[in-house]
Amino acid sequence: MEHPNISYLQELSGGDIPFERKIIAILKEEFPEEKKVYYENFEGKNFKLAANSVHKLRHKINMLGLEKGYKTAEAFENNLRNDDITLSEEFDGILQNLTNYIERL
Amino acid sequence: MNCIIIDDEKTARAIINRLCSTKEGLTVLNEFPNAIEAIKFLNQHQVDLIFLDIHMPSFNGFDFIQTLKNPPRIILTTSDPNFAIAAFEYECIVDYLIKPILPPRFEKAIRKATSSAIKQSTSGISDSQKSTIEDELYVNIDRRLIKIDMTSIYLIEAKGDYILIKTDNDNYIVHSTLKKVEEKLPPSLFLKVHRSYIINIKQIIDIEDNSVLIKKDVIPVSRSNKPELMRRLNLL
Repeated sequence: MEHPNISYLQELSGGDIPFERKIIAILKEEFPEEKKVYYENFEGKNFKLAANSVHKLRHKINMLGLEKGYKTAEAFENNLRNDDITLSEEFDGILQNLTNYIERL
Repeated sequence: MNCIIIDDEKTARAIINRLCSTKEGLTVLNEFPNAIEAIKFLNQHQVDLIFLDIHMPSFNGFDFIQTLKNPPRIILTTSDPNFAIAAFEYECIVDYLIKPILPPRFEKAIRKATSSAIKQSTSGISDSQKSTIEDELYVNIDRRLIKIDMTSIYLIEAKGDYILIKTDNDNYIVHSTLKKVEEKLPPSLFLKVHRSYIINIKQIIDIEDNSVLIKKDVIPVSRSNKPELMRRLNLL
């Protein structure tokens, strides 16, 4: 399993710790909300809206260093736009992986 | 050079703001989670550059660009590289950044924006579309009165304090209500089919159950408005 990291954030901050903390605080606030909206849309079988949620989450998956996870999310988003839920379990795993990581940040 | 940031994702806005702060001479005037709020701001402020997310709920980045008569330079920001070809349709778009945005790539985009002249939007009503005064509707956008040939309007949608006017050539976001615009439209051509939609009945492609297809838009028809719609059709 891939391990999330904040390498991108550190490159961006150039050692500016308050900025890193600010972005982490936003992630802690925004990620659970986006995840909740995704699951509401997915469980309500609103797959087009769920695809939009996945699209939004893709940025965070990528910025936290999950390259394979990003590709899976991209494919899953395309599936959802065709009302196909293949890869949903893999995507659940990515979200759980990020949830565990962000909670520890 | 001043700029605004339009992105429904707070993390993305904070990152772009940070990247801007590292560029001398680039000032972030404001940031917005949706295009509608940005339009209000643009009506009152001169902006040189917009960082614009494409994927936003209800009103995406390309819809937004089409509402601007004199768009400033725009740098698209997206997680999806598949829109790059569509971006070439707009002269105002100077670059296309894939998230997460890396600092060297951001610097290159700013260099492009700085050296690029302000371009006019490629879209617009052509001179050949002359019409009589009775066929014209003037709307206030960006402090300018823009003339719209009413026959080119195929759909008007209520969006809060604004209306979205869709025409054959362009889309316009105007601060008005459906009721006000309905009074200005020729009733022979337009019909309110739902509390949020007025359609040009000449441009209907088909009708199915409680919806009409106009261009690529499927528009709901409310039960109370359906009898009038059916009455207006030349049914066989």
